[in-house]
Amino acid sequence: MNAQKQAHAWLLLLPALTLLVAFTHYPAIATLIDSFMSTPKPNRASVFVGFDNYAAMVDDPIFWQALRNNLWFALATIPLSVGLALAMALWVNGKLAGRGFLRMAYFTPTVLPMIAVANIWLFFYTPSYGLLEQIGNLFGLPSQNWLGDKATALGAITVVAIWKEAGFFMIFYLAALQGINPSLREAAAIEGASRWFFFRRVLWPLLMPTTIFVLVNAVINAFRMVDHVVVMTRGGPDNATTLLLYHLYEVGFKFWDQGYAAAVTVVLLAALATVALVQFFVLDRKAHY
Amino acid sequence: MKHSFATCAAAVALALGASAVQAQSTEVPFYFPVAVGGPITKIIDQFATDFNKENPSIKVSPIYAGSYQDTIVKALTANKAGTPPVASVLLSTDTFTLIDEDAIVPIDNFVKTPEDKAWLGGFYKAFLLNGQIGGKTWGVPFQRSTVVLYWNKELFKEAGLDPNKAPQTWAEMTSMAQKLTRKDASGKVTQYGVQIPSSGFPYWLFQGLTTQNDVILANEAGTQTKFDDPKVIEALQYWVDLSKKHGVHPSGIVEWGTTPKDFMEKKVAMIWTTTGNLTNIRTNAKFDFGVAMLPAGKKRGSPTGGGNFFIFKKATPAQQEAAFKFAKWLTQPARAAQWGIDTGYVAVSPAAWDTPALKKYAAEFAPAAVARDQLQYAVAELSTHDNQRVTKAFNDGLQAALTGSKTAEAAMKDAQKEAERLLRTYK
Amino acid sequence: MAEAVALRQANPAGHWLDTMAAWGLAILWILPLAYAVWTAFHPAEFSAKFSLTAPLTLENFARAWEAAPFARYFLNTTLLVSLILGSQLLLCTLAAYAFVRYEFRGKNVVFALVLVQLMIMPDVLLVENYKTMSKLGLIDTLLGIGLPYFASAFAIFLLRQTFKGIPKELVEAATMEGASALQILWRVYVPLAKPVYVAFALVSVSYHWNNFLWPLVVTNSVNSRPLTVGLQVFASADQGIDWSIITAATLLTAAPLLLAFLLFQRQFVQSFMRAGIK
Repeated sequence: MNAQKQAHAWLLLLPALTLLVAFTHYPAIATLIDSFMSTPKPNRASVFVGFDNYAAMVDDPIFWQALRNNLWFALATIPLSVGLALAMALWVNGKLAGRGFLRMAYFTPTVLPMIAVANIWLFFYTPSYGLLEQIGNLFGLPSQNWLGDKATALGAITVVAIWKEAGFFMIFYLAALQGINPSLREAAAIEGASRWFFFRRVLWPLLMPTTIFVLVNAVINAFRMVDHVVVMTRGGPDNATTLLLYHLYEVGFKFWDQGYAAAVTVVLLAALATVALVQFFVLDRKAHY
Repeated sequence: MKHSFATCAAAVALALGASAVQAQSTEVPFYFPVAVGGPITKIIDQFATDFNKENPSIKVSPIYAGSYQDTIVKALTANKAGTPPVASVLLSTDTFTLIDEDAIVPIDNFVKTPEDKAWLGGFYKAFLLNGQIGGKTWGVPFQRSTVVLYWNKELFKEAGLDPNKAPQTWAEMTSMAQKLTRKDASGKVTQYGVQIPSSGFPYWLFQGLTTQNDVILANEAGTQTKFDDPKVIEALQYWVDLSKKHGVHPSGIVEWGTTPKDFMEKKVAMIWTTTGNLTNIRTNAKFDFGVAMLPAGKKRGSPTGGGNFFIFKKATPAQQEAAFKFAKWLTQPARAAQWGIDTGYVAVSPAAWDTPALKKYAAEFAPAAVARDQLQYAVAELSTHDNQRVTKAFNDGLQAALTGSKTAEAAMKDAQKEAERLLRTYK
Repeated sequence: MAEAVALRQANPAGHWLDTMAAWGLAILWILPLAYAVWTAFHPAEFSAKFSLTAPLTLENFARAWEAAPFARYFLNTTLLVSLILGSQLLLCTLAAYAFVRYEFRGKNVVFALVLVQLMIMPDVLLVENYKTMSKLGLIDTLLGIGLPYFASAFAIFLLRQTFKGIPKELVEAATMEGASALQILWRVYVPLAKPVYVAFALVSVSYHWNNFLWPLVVTNSVNSRPLTVGLQVFASADQGIDWSIITAATLLTAAPLLLAFLLFQRQFVQSFMRAGIK
C-alpha cells in the first residue's frame, strides 16, 4: 500500500477518531486510573490506593444487589423484547387487518420520552385507584402494591422496559422481512410447508444478521436504561430495583465517591465488553449473509 | 455632513461606553431547582430581571438546574471542572457535603453592618439550624417547608368524628384511623385511615415521628447518629404497626408523589406530607379539608425541609458580594411573603408573615399558617457528613422494616452500624 | 399478495388467532398513550376516573405551555438531533470506508479502539467530558451536547459491515470508469447502503431525542436546553404528581414526532423495499 493511499485512509479516519479518543478513550482511561486512586478531597489530594476501591466494592452488599438485579433485568428484557419485536414484525408484515394501526401502536413507546412515560406507568401501578387496580377490581383480584413491594418492584419496572423497547426493535425486523424475496414464501406455501417449518428453516437464518444487531442493542440497553428507575422507584424499595448504572450514578453523583464510582464503572464496562466481544466474534461468524 | 458624522460618532461612543459599563457588570450565575409545581422558572426569571434593573452593575443569570438532586450534581460538577457557580439554591441538608467539598463560603463573611446582622437574625430559628455548623452560618433560608397533616373533613363526618378536630396525639391518630378505615364486601380496604409516604426519602417523614418521640437523630457536628436508640426503634415500630397491627395504613412502601392524589381520590382520610402541597390540594380537592400540626407523641415535632441559598468559594470577591446582595434582596419580607404565597413554601421570617399580603392570606386561609405555627416545635432536618450515604443507609433500613423484610430493631441496628462505619473518618 | 391469500386459506384458524393476538398486544401497547390522551383533555379530577360524561378541557395544555418555553425546546431538540445525525453520517461513512477500502498499518488496532466505544456510554464519563467541554467553551451550546456523540462506533461498525457486502464487480466497474475514491464512495457504496442509513438514523434520532442526563449537565439556559430537560420541570419531587399536566406536556412534545412517524412510516418501509440488493 503506497504512502499516498495510507495518508488517504488516515485522513478519512481522522475526524471520527479524534472525537472518539477525546470523548471516549481519554475519559475512560482517566476513569481507569481513578479507580486505583482515592477520591480527591479538597484537603486531601488523590493518592494511589491499589485495589482498595475494588475491595470496598466487593464488600458492598448494595453492589451485589445491583448486579443481581441487573442480571435478572437483562435476562427478562433481552429475550422478551427481541421475541416480541419479531412477533410484532411478523404480524405487521403478514397483511393482517389494520396493519397501519398495529404498526403505530407498537412503535409509539419509542417516540415518548421516558420521563413522561414513567409517570404514566406510575399511575398504572398506583395501588387503590391505579389502572391495574381498577382492572383488577373488575375481576375481583386482590390489591397489589406493585412498586412498593420488594417481590414485585423489579418485575414491574422490567415490564416498562420491555414495553419501551420492543416496538423499536420491530422496525429492524420489519425492514429485514421486507427485504426477503416473496417467492421464497410462495414456494414454501406451494410445497405445503407449515408456517413453523418455514419460520425455523428459512426466515430465522435469514434474519440472523438483524437478530444480532437487535441483540447487541438489547444487551447495551439492559445496562443503560435507568431513567425509569430514577422516576419510578429511585432504586427502592430497599434497593430492590437498583440497577448497576443507577448504583453508579448514586455513588458518583450523590456520594461523590469518585474512586469507588470509577471501580464500578470499570466492572460495568468489562461486563459489557465481554458480552459484545462474544457477540461480534462468535455469533458474527455464524451469521448468514 | 459634519453634523451627522458628529452624531454618528457620539452614538458610537455612547454605545461603546454603554457596553463598557455592561462589560464591567458582575456576573452571577445562579443555579436553582424547581421542586414544586407552578411557573417557578418564570418567577425566578422575573426576580432576576427586577434585581438586575435595580442594580445595573450586577447581572444575575438564573440557571434552571432540574430537581434538587440535579442541581447539586450540576453545581458540584461545574465546581470541579473549574467553572463554578456563584450562587445556588440547594438542599439545606447538603451543607456538610458542600463544606467537605470546600465549595462554599460562610454567610457571616459578608454580614458586616448592623442591618445585615439584624437581617440574618430575622429568620426563623428552625430554618437557620441546618445551615449553622461550627459556629458559622453557611446558607440563607430561601424555600423552606415542614411536614403537616392533611385531613378530609367529609370522611371524618361520615365516620362519626368531629370534622373540625384533627388528631392531637399518636393514640388519637390510631383510634381515629381505625374508624376511618373502610373495607368492601370481600375484605379489601377501599379507604385507609392514614398514610405516611415512604418512597425516596422516608427519613424526612420519619423524623416527624422521632421528634415527637423526643429523640434527635444526629448531633450538630454531623459526626454521630442515634439510629439504634430505643426511642427511634419505638417510633419505627409505631409506624410499622399502623399497617401490620392496626391495618389502618397501606402496607409496603407508600409512594410520595401519589400521596396527595390518593388523598384527593378519597382513598385515605389523613396524610402526612409537605406544606408545599397546600396549593395543589387546595386547588384540586373537591371536599372540605383541614391542615394540622403533626400529632404529638411525647411532644410535638416536625423536621424542616427545603432549600437554602449558598455562595460559592471559587467565585471572585466581587461576585460573592453581588450574590450576597441578591440573597438579601430575595428574602426581603415583602418578597419572601409573595414567594411563599406563590409557591406554598413557608415564608422564612416573622417579618414576612407580618406583611399585609401574608396577613390577609393567612386570615382568609387559616391552613396556611399551620406550618408557621409548627415552627416552634421544628427541628433541623437530618444531616451529617457524607450525608447522602448515611441517609441512604437509614432510608434502606426504614424501607426494610416497612416492607417486613427486617424487624424494626434489626433494621435500625444495621443502619446505625453502617452510619458509624461511614462517619468514622469525620470524627 | 397471492402468497398471503394462499397462506390464509391454508390455515384460517391460525390466521384468526394471529389477528386476535396481534390486536390484543397492540391495545396493551397503546394503553399508556391512550391514557395520556384521556388525561390531557380532561380536568384533573378525572385523571383516575374514567367516566364517559367527563367534560373536555384544553386547560392542561395551557398550563403546560405556560410552565416552560416548549417552542424553543422543540427547536433546540430538532436542531440538536439533526446536527448529531448529520455529523454522524458524514464522519462515520468516511471512517467505515477507510476500513473497507484501505489497508494500512494498525488497522485492526484502530478498529478495536472504535469497538470500545460501543460499550462506553458518555453518561458514565460525565465529569471528565464536562471538564473537556468547559475548556472548549462549549457549555450551554448545542455543539457541546452533540460533540461526544458525533463519532458513533455503532454507525462505523454497521456501515463497515454493509460496505463489506457490496459486490466487488460494482466497485471495479466504477474504478474502470475512472472514478476517484470519494466518487466511488458517493456513487456506489452510499446508495446501496441506504436501508442501513435509515435504520441507523432511527436509532440515532430516537436516542438523542430522549437523551436526558448529559444534556441536563451541559445546558444551563433556554438557549440550548432540549425537550427532555424541559419536561423535567413537571417531574418535581416535592409536590404530588399531577397527571393531567404531565400528560398534556407529553402530548405537546410527542405529537409532532408521532405525526412524523405516521406520515413517514410508509416512506420507511418503502425505502427498505427499494433496496433490491441485500
